[in-house]
Formats: sequence, C-alpha cells, structure tokens
Amino acid sequence: MTDNLMPSSVPQAAPVETTDAEPSIVVASQWQLMWWKFRKHRMAMISLIVISVMYIVALGAGFFAPQSVDTYSRRYTQAPPMQIHWFDNGVFAPFVYAYKQETDPRTYARVYTIDEEHKIPLGFFVRGDEYQIGLHGVPISPINQLAITTDIHFFGAITPGDPFYLFGTDDVGRDGFSRLIYASQVSLSVGLVGVFLSLILGIVLGALSGLLGGIIDNIIQRIIEILRSIPNIPLWMALATAVPPRWDPVYVYFGITIILSFIGWTDMARVVRGKFLALRKEDFIVAAELDGVPRRRIILRHMIPSFLSHIIASATLAIPGMILAETALSFLGLGLRPPIVSWGVMLQDAMNIATINNMPWLLIPGAAVVITVLTFNFLGDGLRDAADPYHV
Amino acid sequence: MAKYILKRLLYVIPTMFIISIVVFTTIQLPPGDFVTQMIESMRNQTGGTTWSPEFETAMRDRYGLNEPMPVQYAKWIGNILLYGDFGYSFQNSEPSQRIIWDRMGMTLVVSVSAFVFTWMIALPIGVLSAVKQYSIADYFFSFVGFIGLATPGFLIALVLMFLAFKYGGVSLSGLFSPEFENAPWSIERVIDMVKHMWIPMIIIGVGGTAGLIRVMRANLLDELNKPYVETARAKGMPEWKLLLRYPFRAAMNPFVSTIGWALPGLVAGEAIVSIVLNLPTTGPVLLNSLLQQDMFVAAGFLMLLSLLTIIGTLISDILLAWLDPRIQYA
Repeated sequence: MTDNLMPSSVPQAAPVETTDAEPSIVVASQWQLMWWKFRKHRMAMISLIVISVMYIVALGAGFFAPQSVDTYSRRYTQAPPMQIHWFDNGVFAPFVYAYKQETDPRTYARVYTIDEEHKIPLGFFVRGDEYQIGLHGVPISPINQLAITTDIHFFGAITPGDPFYLFGTDDVGRDGFSRLIYASQVSLSVGLVGVFLSLILGIVLGALSGLLGGIIDNIIQRIIEILRSIPNIPLWMALATAVPPRWDPVYVYFGITIILSFIGWTDMARVVRGKFLALRKEDFIVAAELDGVPRRRIILRHMIPSFLSHIIASATLAIPGMILAETALSFLGLGLRPPIVSWGVMLQDAMNIATINNMPWLLIPGAAVVITVLTFNFLGDGLRDAADPYHV
Repeated sequence: MAKYILKRLLYVIPTMFIISIVVFTTIQLPPGDFVTQMIESMRNQTGGTTWSPEFETAMRDRYGLNEPMPVQYAKWIGNILLYGDFGYSFQNSEPSQRIIWDRMGMTLVVSVSAFVFTWMIALPIGVLSAVKQYSIADYFFSFVGFIGLATPGFLIALVLMFLAFKYGGVSLSGLFSPEFENAPWSIERVIDMVKHMWIPMIIIGVGGTAGLIRVMRANLLDELNKPYVETARAKGMPEWKLLLRYPFRAAMNPFVSTIGWALPGLVAGEAIVSIVLNLPTTGPVLLNSLLQQDMFVAAGFLMLLSLLTIIGTLISDILLAWLDPRIQYA
C-alpha cells in the first residue's frame, strides 16, 4: 500500500498512551501504527517469520529439495526416515547412516536396518538432480523461458544418487522430504489464489450491497444466505467432480481454486458490506459529505483506506480454510490429482490403516498442513488486533 | 412473535426452491452421465467391447436422461414433493430414498451426539479459561484448542486409527461390531453402536470444541469486566453464584445464535471423517454417488443436508428472538 492512499485525516489513534513516548506517534501513518502494534504480538511475529520461510522454500523448491519431485529409487521403496548426524567425531561433517535391507521371508516386506559401518556424507550446495528455477511454470511460451537450469541443491548427499531420505520414501521410492517441498508450492498457493479470488468477488459484491442498498442489497444477501445454507464440504465435493479428470493439471488447479472461492467470497462480502454500512454514519464520512466531496472520492480516499486493514486481516484468516479444504478434497481424490503434488495428494497414499501402520511417515504432510494453518491463524489474529484502533 | 416465526417458516420455501435448482445444476455439471460411466466401466471389465449407440440411447431413454434439463428437474422435484420419491439409484437398482433416509438418520445421530459432546466439553473449559485467565490450564487449553482448530478431522481420524491399531490392536473403523453390521435394530445393536460412537463423536467434535472454547472464553472475559459484576461482588454475592447467574448467561447468548451454524458445520465435517472411518453415514455414499454420477442419490443427499442447515438456522433465529429482547422481529 502506498502512502498517498492515506489521508492524514484517518482516525488518528489519537491520544495513545505509548510506553515509548516518541513524538513520531503523532505523524505516523496508519500502517506504521499497525506495524508497531503487530510487532508486540509475539505469536504473530513468529508466525510471520515461519510463513515467510515456508514461502521462500516453496518458491525455490528445486533448490531446497534434495531431489526432484519424481526421482525414484527402486532399491529404496518404503524406506523409513533417516536421522542426520551433524558431527562426526567432534568435527562438523553431517552424515546419515546407510540402510541394510532384508526381505521378510514371511511377508515379503522390506525390512531396513541402520548400517553403522556405512556413512553417507551430506553437505550444503551439492550437485544433484537438474531443476529449473524461475517462471517455467507459467504456461505461456516466451515467459516460461525466463528460468535458469541448474543442479545445485541447498542440502543433500555429497555424492549424487546416494540415498538420503529425511522423511522416508513412499511406495515407489520417492523422497518424501523433496515431495513435501514441491507440494508446498501448490498447497501454499491455493490458499492465496483462492482468497484473492474471493476477495475480489467479495469486495465488489459487498460494496454494491452496502453502498446501493435496496433491492440489489436484498438480492445479494439472499444469494449469500442460500449459498451458505448448503453444507460447504458436500457442495465442494459435488462441484469438484465436475472438473474433468483428463484436464491439464494447470486447469485442474485453477478449477479447484475457483470452486473453493465460490463459497469463500460470501464471508468477504458480508464483512465488506458491514463495514460500508457502519462507516456511512461515521463523523468523518458525514463531514466529507457535507463538504461536498464527490462520492467516488469518499469511497476511494476515506472509506476503503479505513477498512482495508480489517479486510486484509479477514482475508488472512480465510486462507487456512482454503488450505484445509484443498487438502480434504485432494485427500478424497476429488481435488488435485497426480501428477500435481499437494499435501492433500500426498496424504492420499496414507488413506488406509495398513499403509499407515507400515509407513507412519506418510502422515508427515499432515503435520505440514497443521503448522501452516496454525501460523496463518496466529498471523491473522495478530493482524486483526493490530488493525483494530480500539483494541489495546 | 408468532407472526415472526410464521414468516421465517414461509421463507424456507423459496430458499429450498432455489437450493434445489443449485443442487440439480451442480449434479449435472460433470461431463457425461451415469450411462457414460456405466458403459466405461463395462468396457473396462470386458476388455474393450464397444457398445452400440442404440444401446446407449435406449439406456438413457430408460432412465429419462434424454429429456431436456428443465423437464428432468420438474419430474425430480415433483416426485419428491408429491410422493417423497427421491428418484432411482442407478447404481443400486432400487429407489434411492431407502438408502438416503437410512444414512441421513445415522448422520443425524452422529452429528447431534458430536454436538452435545462439543458443548459439554467446551462450555466448562471456556468458563475455566476465562475465570482463571493466564493460568497454566488456560494456556494448556488454548494451545490444545489452536491445534484442534488447525487439524483437519480426517487427519485426527487417521492418527487415532493408527495409534489404536498399533498400540491397542483394535480397528476403529465402522459404527458396529461385525456381528451387528447388518443385523436388524435391537437393544443390543443400539448398545453396540453407542460403544463405537465415542471415537467419531470426539473426532468430529474436536474442531468445533476448539472454536467454542475460544468464543466462550472471549465472551465471558468481556462480561467479567463489566460494572454489574463488580456491584454484585461488592454486595457480597458468592463468586460461583455470581458467575453462573449473570455473566455466564450473558455470555451464552451468542452461543444460542450459533446453534444453527454449528450443526451444519458438524454435518459437513462428518462427511470426510466418516469416509476415513467408514461410518454408515452420508459421507461414503455421497462420495461414491458423486464419483459414479448416481445423480439422484447425490442430489437427494445435498438437498436433505441443506434442509438440515436451514432448519438449524431457523431454530437459532427463533431462539435468539425469544431470548434477546433487543432483537427486532418486525
């Protein structure tokens, strides 16, 4: 947000009793005040850092993942997670122990035992699978050339091809950790894109509803009520079956995101409408009206800036719901499907109890979901508190 | 008041009408229909035999799938309204209402017991957290509550199933022991169900409980700081009596208004959990009917689940209008 959006007449959190009695409080913009308040919310600050790290890792997935998303090793199927030993005889030299494997004569299952004789050295900035980083995912031809191809990985086995499975492997011997990182690209962006779409729909319809009132308001409110009367998960399930299985993964991704925001916008619209209705009676709006300020200017310069922060907080709190919904749908096989990897798609492998019993590490993507949702909730709480000028 | 209730009741009719259109359209959205699905699966089974287009048309004629959409809709909704007939389940080759009512009944039982569980757990904990704010118990329950809110129900179900299987050697799936699975209803069967019920009850209730604890805590904290509490205290009213008589009742108000929203939330959450736990409720059948395009079964479920939501909202609105004199119901 740029500063020119901020009229100086914004409700100055006027006689605030600050602990650090700086004169800067008087001239601080609304956003600066919010930031100062946000900083005090410790869980929200921690969450902001965690979320930033997750998004950075997701953006540079190729670099941070030790392997590529579909590299598999037939020798290491269903291998359990390995533990990293950071020091070797007191010297910093990370390594993992290799696995010895035998086949259980009765069940034919592979049994892995730690081979303490055999160490696999690990290092930073090692060579491995080739990957691209940049805009290669965009399905438009000149843009997707803006990517570099390299094979340097942040962390991994020093000798390329050595087994290093931090979170174990799945049925076909793919590295769970690498797939988790690649999956975060999809899982983390679904929430953002979905909330962005609901935000646009919600703000437009909510504003129409709140500003025009009358019959339009009535119609929009009834539509919202009806959409909310249909239980969301069954409705999502029904809509998701309409996405043809043979579609290109990119279309499936956007199809599912649009379906998620199909219900998500109703919350946004309610918040926006409520804010418009409440603001209409505020003194500073009435004053502006009496001064003959044009309606457009009142909306853009006075109303929107004063509730934008609140909307941002609501949007942040809506992201976890989207992430959870995507995970649930993909888990049921109705949402995203392979070759797309998301946390929900990964959890699909863990659907039956026999599999989980053999490979409990397949549940790790679930932990990723929980952490993400938790941090977004804290971040949203912090933002909401910070955005509320009456909240101390 | 009576006029208000009547008005709200009448309002259900147009709402359900529009919902039925939305539901019917949604069900028609997937490309192809049940006949396409059936022929494809027959082709897979027989190893690539092709079926004549005449056969396809004949099948569609038989199921009435060739008629234009509005006609199909009119027939469908007409049969539901006039005869309570939800249409034919292609997959099970029988009228779908039997399976729909069966499963809806179980869904209602599971959801309502999860709801009761939620309130029984959440209210005392919420009160405790508010009264003993910043105590260890408060922090503990806040933490558990946050985790509960952030964990999807199906994940809790998976983890519990895994733990029970690994350390207890028991399988948590289903709502009945094998010997009661298909038995007719009897006292023993009900007892058996109650024994199995608590796992789904906890799993489905956990998310709601976490939210409720937070709401109760916040509401009660708001009330506890109000002057009337101070006054009552100054007059020497015993603390627990004071708590239950005034602030607690005031803090309960917003709860009543959310009863209506809680039930649909549970029903929706139940859909996924029941698929994981393989419960004899709507979830697994709804999923299957959606995948197989057994459209009348799916549409029937969506209609009834929506009706449940609307009834829930209705109850809330009426309760609220009755409880809170500030609400105008002109």
